[in-house]
Amino acid sequence: MPYQPIKFYQTGSFVVGNRLLDQNERSVQSDTERLNSLTSGHRACQGCGEALGARYALDAVAKATGGRMIAANATGCLEVFSTPFPETSWRIPWVHSLFGNAPAVATGIAAAMHAKGRDDIRVVGQGGDGGTIDIGFGCLSGMFERNDDVLYICYDNEAYMNTGVQRSGATPPAARTATTPAVGPNPGNVFGQGKDMPRIAMAHEIPYVATATVAELRDLEAKVERAMSFRGARYIHVFVPCPLGWGSSSNDTIKLARLVKETGLFPVFEAEHGEVTAVSKIRRHIPVEEYLRPQRRYAHLFGKHGHPETIARIQALADRNIARYGLLDDLPDSLKPPGSAVGRQVRWQSEDLSEQTSAMAILTETTGAH
Amino acid sequence: MLSQIEGSKAVADAIALCRPEVICAYPISPQTHIVEGLSALVKSGKLAGCEYVNVESEFAAMSVAIGASAAGARAYTATASQGLLYMVEAVYNASGLGLPIVMTVANRAIGSPINIWNDHTDTMSQRDCGWIQLYAETNQEAADLHIQAFKLAEELSLPVMVCMDGFILTHAYERVDMPTQEQVDAYLPAFEPRQVLDPAAPISIGAMVGPEAFTEVRFLAHHKQMQALDEIPGIATEFQEIFGRDSGGLVRPYRTEDAETVIVALGSVLGTIKDVVDERREAGEKIGVLGITSFRPFPMLAIRGVLRHAQRVIILEKALAIGLGGIVSDNVRNALSGITLKGNTVIAGLGGRAITKVSLHKLFDEARADRLERLVFLDMDYDLVQREIERTKQKRRSGSAAENILRDVGVVAARPA
Repeated sequence: MPYQPIKFYQTGSFVVGNRLLDQNERSVQSDTERLNSLTSGHRACQGCGEALGARYALDAVAKATGGRMIAANATGCLEVFSTPFPETSWRIPWVHSLFGNAPAVATGIAAAMHAKGRDDIRVVGQGGDGGTIDIGFGCLSGMFERNDDVLYICYDNEAYMNTGVQRSGATPPAARTATTPAVGPNPGNVFGQGKDMPRIAMAHEIPYVATATVAELRDLEAKVERAMSFRGARYIHVFVPCPLGWGSSSNDTIKLARLVKETGLFPVFEAEHGEVTAVSKIRRHIPVEEYLRPQRRYAHLFGKHGHPETIARIQALADRNIARYGLLDDLPDSLKPPGSAVGRQVRWQSEDLSEQTSAMAILTETTGAH
Repeated sequence: MLSQIEGSKAVADAIALCRPEVICAYPISPQTHIVEGLSALVKSGKLAGCEYVNVESEFAAMSVAIGASAAGARAYTATASQGLLYMVEAVYNASGLGLPIVMTVANRAIGSPINIWNDHTDTMSQRDCGWIQLYAETNQEAADLHIQAFKLAEELSLPVMVCMDGFILTHAYERVDMPTQEQVDAYLPAFEPRQVLDPAAPISIGAMVGPEAFTEVRFLAHHKQMQALDEIPGIATEFQEIFGRDSGGLVRPYRTEDAETVIVALGSVLGTIKDVVDERREAGEKIGVLGITSFRPFPMLAIRGVLRHAQRVIILEKALAIGLGGIVSDNVRNALSGITLKGNTVIAGLGGRAITKVSLHKLFDEARADRLERLVFLDMDYDLVQREIERTKQKRRSGSAAENILRDVGVVAARPA
């Protein structure tokens, strides 16, 4: 059975709409018996994308494993807001060691479980973009290369938020951070830098790589479920807006996560053993400006002394992703990369996705990828 | 069973007898033969129930050990020199978390200049990281200390570093009485962690602690090491009962009863010093040796007890506290508070320079004649040093001191064509 025949999209309300689905297709979060791996009472900021992503992802792991799981966490917001002793929001066995070693700690746990004949207990490593792609990169690549039985989840908010919004290797061009200030002739982060971690993960030819955003949480859950069907190293890269670091409204977290995908700046896809197997198409193609404008970190690009040429360069990055992953169905054949991107046939039940009055839209897909 | 084997092989076999569950390894000389030996034991199936992880760095090695130990597995790794420094952040973390990891450090110098040979600079840099540090004198003791280390680590929930001199011990073929599996099983019970990552009883490990409790947490780390001062002799006694060998303990005094001069040292150099002491004893000199096996915890009272009746203490150490002098000396002086005796710090064997009987005799002659300075660099070529100092005075761009000195020494490859 295709693992996710139906996706839900919130369009401005809090309705999730599980009641329309079969019991086994409903969101883990709709289950009153869910584990609440990261339970309430933690100190995350209002509108924190990371807290939301972690909660959905880990509860999905818990569901897939029957609660037989252990998590290793990198230093960072997720670690700090969830735990100062003697309090903890974790209802799963959880360990924090250092900033740069969560993937290796996870490997150690997995090795211990294997040595003890407890392969039923699965291991999750997790961290922010700094802990994952910068300081933790060596350990992560080692864990991938050995194909250790670990699911690693990166919650990417595109900078070092815990230490006060400094640039990371995931900070996008032109974004203002505390170490790439919006001053000088080329304000914000420079172009031509940064790592594309999902593609680097794919280059290790590990069983499963996926990207997701907190705008499509059922999609995130489904990808976690898919990841847990594999043994070996798996990587999920979740786009998690940070109101504090981005200068965005707390109530815009979901919206920004949706818009980033609709621009093409953050391609949402899955890959198995190094090959892209499924791509989540752009539903309503929008210019990058629509995504950039609500964020203070890009404020210097707009207004009287704005930088339209910089916005054009960012648009070019989005267009490149669209071409590379086939994010739009109506892309001219000349722009489609050879052999990439499974083109799914999509049929809308509701076309009017931008309407705030519409409680939700259901997208039915005919999938062949799984 | 008596075997004529390489030190590294003896240690690998001893580790295997301890039934480790996770071994993580990253190559660095002179530790490599140990983890190579263990990899063969795991791969051949001789060491069953053990995961062997080839990691991508020493930082990862210690991190894998942390994860494994936190998940309740008996974990082991080995390193040396730069490798130990590369994993330092995780080394502190392991002791802070109270994880009973055992690690061999095949003692080696620290660069720059890069140098693969033996001294104690690597482990001395980690003396205050919260790990117990045991120094082996012989390969027999290295093998025995590892077995004791697991017992000590797990009883106290503290990691233990077994330090053995790189090449001098790791690569030396000596007679070693290898324990049997039955003996080790009788000595070392299964690992019962104080806290463990277990889905059946989920806990959070490694969360933040603020100023309201940090001092108390640190005090308890110190308290555990003070407990170790009591545990270590008991563990050695129990070892002797099962294995029939006197190994380990806090300190090893040799002919110190009536000694007017006592030499203090750690590790393999103790053997050479003992030979020199024997020769001088035959000549009528009242001289003895005090070997320190447990450098952390530092056995203050035991050392004080041995040295209190001496008239001179010569501390021979294979590391230099740059800007101060001796590290061991500083610790020993702390143990001698209120006791008046002559003391000399002798920095010796840096970067693998041989410590010979001839040099030691000369050194002890000088001491006996009361001509020894407070801080001495054994067998150092003062002329070479002076020439480099002159060069730096004459020329701003004087170049690399290391290279200049080697040109003066006249290494073949460094001679002008």
